Amino acid sequence: MEGEGERGRKRGGRVCCVCNKERASVKRPKTLQHMCRECFFNAFESEIHQVIIQNSLFIAGDRVAIGASGGKDSTVLAYVLSKLNRLHNYGLNLFLLSVDEGITGYRDDSLQTVHRNHLQYQLPLQVVSYKDLYGWTMDQIVDVIGFKNNCTFCGVFRRQALDRGAALLKVDKLVTGHNADDIAETVLLNLLRGDVARLSRCTSITTGEDGPIPRCKPFKYTLDYFSTECIYSPNAYRGFAREFIKDLERIRPRAILDIIKSGENFRISTTTKMPEQGTCQRCGYISSQKWCKACVLLDGLNRGLPKLGIGRSRGGVGSENGKESKVDKSIQGKQCGTLDF
Amino acid sequence: MPITPTTNGGLELLCDSKKIHNVNIEQQNGEGKLIMKDLLSWVRTNLIKERPEMFMKGDTVRPGVLVLVNDCDWELSGQLDTSLEEKDVVVFISTLHGG
Repeated sequence: MEGEGERGRKRGGRVCCVCNKERASVKRPKTLQHMCRECFFNAFESEIHQVIIQNSLFIAGDRVAIGASGGKDSTVLAYVLSKLNRLHNYGLNLFLLSVDEGITGYRDDSLQTVHRNHLQYQLPLQVVSYKDLYGWTMDQIVDVIGFKNNCTFCGVFRRQALDRGAALLKVDKLVTGHNADDIAETVLLNLLRGDVARLSRCTSITTGEDGPIPRCKPFKYTLDYFSTECIYSPNAYRGFAREFIKDLERIRPRAILDIIKSGENFRISTTTKMPEQGTCQRCGYISSQKWCKACVLLDGLNRGLPKLGIGRSRGGVGSENGKESKVDKSIQGKQCGTLDF
Repeated sequence: MPITPTTNGGLELLCDSKKIHNVNIEQQNGEGKLIMKDLLSWVRTNLIKERPEMFMKGDTVRPGVLVLVNDCDWELSGQLDTSLEEKDVVVFISTLHGG
């Protein structure tokens, strides 16, 4: 190790600004400080611990599912949570929960990563698949809908699939690896879409406390080390918001945290009509409409009208003159099914 | 000059699934100096077997590819201008498969 340090310094590498000893190996996004590996890990882990304590994210004995995609954020989340749980005796029962969207060559790779995490951190793993839950894989959906609007399906189905998986595991909470960049992006998107209801709740560290399974985001204040985008939809609307945020960050790293702060401090006027939260008449999932979005989309798929439920029109079920299904019986999906909480 | 470029996080799939490459690179300009810019084009020509656009964009790596020179983010050592020495280990990690 000593030799390594010498090597770095020789070529003008700076030393860590925390310990002033080791060679710096990362530039911390939040502060742009140059830090060595150990000091960065320590700073990061203690910051997450502080976030968990200050926001009372968990109580002892909680069963907690970690939404695990196999990507970097959820992998780090699984590692950090299991470490902090041991170190600070949170008393949590941790589980890994993965969604298999059925995207060949994409999800099968990352599910392998989740399997490695499962062995490495000794956490029980539950995988729920779109195929089992909805009767359709993403590959099959893309075949029908094309590449343009498939993100809508994937997003809506994933959200509900995580809740279904969490119900199977009978957990008290679901944690996800969403970081500050993701949340800032969502604030901007909700602003751009005029979605006041989501705008007012998207910055909360814990959401859905009134629903069956609350979700929380321990990485809410953590800046991405660098950005990633889904290579399957590089032109998605979200991509533009992400790029804009990354440009802002280049000029002033705090911009991301400031967008979150602005979102948090938004006050929605009391005269604004907010959608009423109810339950889906078809599957029982939380919904502000008669049918939840997943049921609307699924109904469209099963009836051979996959464009149903995409775009501005909301709900809309029961009003359209339903054409007879063009979809072959053999690939008819299941009904959304009831949520068993 | 012996250098060890390493491809990770999916980038190895562009190099016949090989991750660690122990190679010997001839100095580009008679001065016996090798910088990251030289290494990138060498890797692209000699190691990347398919879809080079997954590795590079313009004359640098594609956004989302993390570059470490001896375990240190190349942003701290001058990125393309980072000068390399014998037996340096350069790691390329792609994170473009989601978060």
